[in-house]
Formats: sequence, structure tokens, C-alpha cells
Amino acid sequence: MSRNTLYDKVWEKHKVTTLPNGQDQLFVGLHLIHEVTSPQAFGMLRERDIDVARPDLTLATVDHIVPTADQSRPYSDDAAEEMMAELEENVRDAGIDFLDPTTGDQGIVHVVGPEQGLTQPGKTIVCGDSHTSTHGAFGALAFGIGTSQIRDVLATQTIAMDKQKVRKIQVDGRLQEGVEAKDIILEIIRRLGTEGGVGYVYEYAGEAIENLGMEGRMSICNMSIEGGARAGYVNPDETTFEWLEETDYFQENPVEFDRLKPYWQSIRSDGDAEYDDVVTIDAGDLEPVVTWGTTPGQGVGITDPIPTPEDLPEDKQDTARRAQGHMRVEPGDTMEGYGIDVAFLGSCTNARLPDLRRAASIVEGREVHDDVRAMVVPGSQRVQQAAKEEGLKDVFEKAGFDWRNAGCSMCLGMNEDQLEGDEACASSSNRNFVGRQGSKDGRTVLMNPQMVAAAAITGEVTDVRELEAVVNV
Amino acid sequence: MTGEDEVEIPEVTAVSGTGIPIRGNDIDTDQVIPARFMKVVTFDGLGEFAFFDQRFDDEDNPKDHPMNEDRFQDASIMVVNNNFGCGSSREHAPQALMRWGIDALVGEGFAEIFAGNCLALGVPTVTADYEIINDLQQWVEDNPDGEVEIDVDAETVSYGGQEVGVTVNEGQRKALVDGIWDTTALMKSNQNAIEETAAGLPYVESAE
Repeated sequence: MSRNTLYDKVWEKHKVTTLPNGQDQLFVGLHLIHEVTSPQAFGMLRERDIDVARPDLTLATVDHIVPTADQSRPYSDDAAEEMMAELEENVRDAGIDFLDPTTGDQGIVHVVGPEQGLTQPGKTIVCGDSHTSTHGAFGALAFGIGTSQIRDVLATQTIAMDKQKVRKIQVDGRLQEGVEAKDIILEIIRRLGTEGGVGYVYEYAGEAIENLGMEGRMSICNMSIEGGARAGYVNPDETTFEWLEETDYFQENPVEFDRLKPYWQSIRSDGDAEYDDVVTIDAGDLEPVVTWGTTPGQGVGITDPIPTPEDLPEDKQDTARRAQGHMRVEPGDTMEGYGIDVAFLGSCTNARLPDLRRAASIVEGREVHDDVRAMVVPGSQRVQQAAKEEGLKDVFEKAGFDWRNAGCSMCLGMNEDQLEGDEACASSSNRNFVGRQGSKDGRTVLMNPQMVAAAAITGEVTDVRELEAVVNV
Repeated sequence: MTGEDEVEIPEVTAVSGTGIPIRGNDIDTDQVIPARFMKVVTFDGLGEFAFFDQRFDDEDNPKDHPMNEDRFQDASIMVVNNNFGCGSSREHAPQALMRWGIDALVGEGFAEIFAGNCLALGVPTVTADYEIINDLQQWVEDNPDGEVEIDVDAETVSYGGQEVGVTVNEGQRKALVDGIWDTTALMKSNQNAIEETAAGLPYVESAE
């Protein structure tokens, strides 16, 4: 059993009681909601005649279904309009703050929480979305929940949870050029498996993690769930505190920053903390990782051969064979040169300002390949605005990228941004599941934003290090 | 006071019915219910879209899939392999399976959020190793009308005159057997303790 880790400390501070079923009841410090998974929960509350307990600790945004092109109301998609209208009514009735597109603060829920300064170390954060693990980058304990649990949180501001084990993932070394946080997490999932983290929370530590900015840490924690871990976190440090201090929230409340900082420092894992498991990875010789299959664990270094199914553990072989059939790749080949039709720069994994900056540095002075449909979907309206102000929008548009409004977009194809037929997509998102990007025959290749930019230019999966003007992360 | 006390939560000590095998590891919730069917504000009617893209082609013609076979239409116990329900936290996935007719799942392993979502619906997710699951899948295949009984409390599955041991997570077992898997009223009754916990957190202001 783990002891004196951040997880143990934050858990204890938020534990209300142990329930008769043996689970712990935890207080929830921040509940983020969006239009897809919350309407049924509000419906259940109405059926039971229960009010929202803590609207002041709840924040809403709209991201999954929001159109990224024409956002005028009513939305052209009736179903999307109905979901938006339902959310508007629910938050109005309950008195919940709503970052709708008229505020200039709307965006993907896991981008806006940190942006608003509400994602803080030592908080418990839940949302009806599996990528809630993102917020662990700040040293919060954050995890995705289902709709019945959203009902619980709305009704009580608490949640029933089993305590998990803690696995420390020590990532040593310094990243090479062209290699990013995304590559670290794809490598972790490749090694530990998509189910390797079930029952665990991941603590990411080590030189390679400490050297990352907050956005890189968010990319890593974001994909904890792809490795089966419901939550992942990084111990808060000066990088975290500096980032928080810059947010509007703490710029307006500097006294609050000074008051909370000792708490944030106190919940760091102790030097003598005990873990249920420790895994060490050397990131120094890591190269850009891309996926060849249909789970995020089916990744490979850009110059490495796609594995032969028979060489994989027995329980991975069948999945690998089906994935290679779907993707139309051959064992022994590398992914380099795999033709793509679409380039998608976006999602809660990789659509923050530094992600767009790195991609733009690859795009600048080049043109999108004639056969490629390329789009940039900023993670939030704030990212969109900042990127525009520093000229990134111009760089992308000049190269032939479509510049869109903020939302989840083609990460999951719930709005009109979808793959068609068997199109192949170089994607900075988090899931390459069959059908994920809106077409059941679509083929998704996950990679870091620089690699997406490179693929957009050449029309095929490309080692970005072979292009000029690579920047360090 | 409000009406939450009126919600009746059945005890789920055992589930029985015929089975349906769904083979393969890492079956994600995008496969269980593709995102385009989630553009709804209720869970009603999701059952017909369960595994839609595995069951139908582009022209909506049925493909080879156990859920399209007449012999499995009345099945209520789904037998699956490892890491079932990985990916998205969408409760639409277990809701779709439940509304199709599934009352319980037996598998090698389940993704954590998926299992939690099932529990919140009173749907057991019990586990066993590969050999036991593979045998059960084969038996269900050969005996689509055969009765499978899951004893949640005793952690056993009985079929074809034999009984095998399975595992039910302890919290899940107690919640199901004692009828406390819907936790809203249970947790709401701890109001004083909730407020005390909140008061001890430096970042939480007291409720208005």
C-alpha cells in the first residue's frame, strides 16, 4: 500500500467517511460539466427533486458538439442545438457559471479549467469525461466519471470511490529534438499496455517530466486513461506555481495565491513516500512515436519496424492482427511514408498554445500537400486569440491549413468535423480506436503536433527530424 | 426534505439468463456506442445502437455479429475478454448494453470507469481468467438457450451442470448484494460530515 504520496495525502484530506460498501466518500473540489454527459444527470436530479448542492464549485463549458466553423445559433445540426439549449437551461436553473462561446473563454473542458486558474494542486476534480486525468498535471487528483456519478456529485458534491494503488513512473533523461511529451506517454502506454494501469494512479516523475512545461505535463496526464489509469499526476513545483500565478484568477487574487501556496507544497509526495510499483523509463533515446494500430498502446518509434503479431505477448496478438488489417500496414515496415488524407491539430491532448507554436514552426514557409485536408482546432477561445495575436493563425492559413474555432472536433467526430470513408488521419489527439474520428473505416495515426505538421506538408507520415527548423520542447 | 428517499434500490444477489459471447480484448466504448449516437439528452432508445458499427454496414445491412443472431436475441449475460469498456467514460455504453437486454457481464477484465458505470446501474461486472472465460464463451456459443447463473454474493458462475469461481470486486459485491449501488441518498445523508470535510480544505469557501 502506498504511503505519503500526493495521492494518499489528497485522498485523506477529501475523505468524508467510509461508506457501508467499503468505498470512501470523497469531497469534490471542482466539478466540470459539459453538454454530452450531464443532461441525463440533471434529469435524474429533477426526477428525485434534488437541487445542485454546490453550484459555486461547478463550472460548465460546451465542447464536444460545438461546431468549429459556423457557430451562429441555432446550430445547423438540430441535435447539437438541442444539447446546447438543454445545457443552457440546466446551468441557468442551477446557477452554474457557463463558459459559452459568447464569453471568449469557451473551449475544451480540460483546456479551460487550467486556463481559468481553477485547476490547482491538491484539489479533487471530476468531470464526465475520461480525459479529466489531464488536470493531474497540476498535482490535482482528477478523474473521469459516468453520468450516474455526475448525479451523485451534483447532488452531494461528493463521490464514492475505491482507493487505488500508486505506480511511480520515473522518466529519466533529456528529450531529443522533435521528441515531445506526447512521445513519452505513447511510449509508456506501449510498454505498460492499455490495461496496465487498471487499479492504479500514475505518478509521473523524473528529469524528463520536471523539464516539461505545464502543457507538456498536461499532454502526459491526459493520456493516463489510455494506459488504463483513471488518474495521473505530477507533483507541483515552481513550474506549476509560476503558471498558476500568471492566470487571471491569481493575478486578481494575489493574496489567495500566497495563502494557498503552502498547501500546494504540503501535498507533494514525500521523499520517503512508498509506492505499490515503480517503473523507470529512459527518455533520452526516445524518438517520435506514432501508432500503427487501433489502440494507443500500438505505437512504434518512427524508424522502428511495425511488430509482427506473433512476436507480441499472446493476449495482444489477435488485437494486433485485426488492427494491422484495419490500418493496412505490414509487419516489418516502418510507419514512415504511410499516406495520409487529413491532418488534425487539436484535442485536449495537444491544442494548447505551445503545441500550436511548435507545429507552426514546422509549417512556416511550407505548403500543405495538395492531397491533404489540414485543420487546426485551438483548444480554447483564449488559445485561439493568443495564437492569432502572435501570428500563428497567419502561418497556418498561409500554408493551407483550415483555422477553426475551439472544440473537441475531429478527436471524436461528434460535430461535422469527421473522417470520410477510409481516410487516414495524422492526428494530435488521443485515441485511434476504430470509428473514433467519425468514420468506421477511417484510419487514425496518433503523433505529436510537430509530426502532424510534417505529415500535413508531405502527405505521409514523416520523421519531423528530417525536416529543418525543428524547435526544442 | 426532498424525494430522494423514495428511490428504491434493488438488491442484486444473483443474475441468471442466457449468454452471448463478444470476443476480443480492448473493446472500447467507441465500439460499444459510437459517438454520433450520443447526441441525445436522455438514454432512452440507446439499446438499438449498441455495437452499431460492428453490426451494420454503410447501408445498414446486418453484418456477422452475435448481437444480430436470432439465437442470442434474448441473452442477458454478456461474456467478454480483457480490458472491455476501455476508453471514454461515456455511461451511454453500459446504458446501451443494458437497454439491449444485458443484466450482467462476465469477462477477463474491465476498464475501471466502465465497471464503475455498470455498478451505478446495478449491472455486475465479474471477472475470471482466460481459460474460464474461453470455456464459457464456447459453451454459450454451443448452448445459446442454456441458462447461466451468476451468484454475485458467492462469486460463482453456474452453467451446464458445473460451477466455476469468479471474482467480484469487494466494494461492488457489497454494494450489489446490500442494495446500496445507487449512492446518491446514501452520501447525501452524510451532510454534516461533508461540510466538515469542506471546512478543512483551504481552497473551499463555505457554501452560500
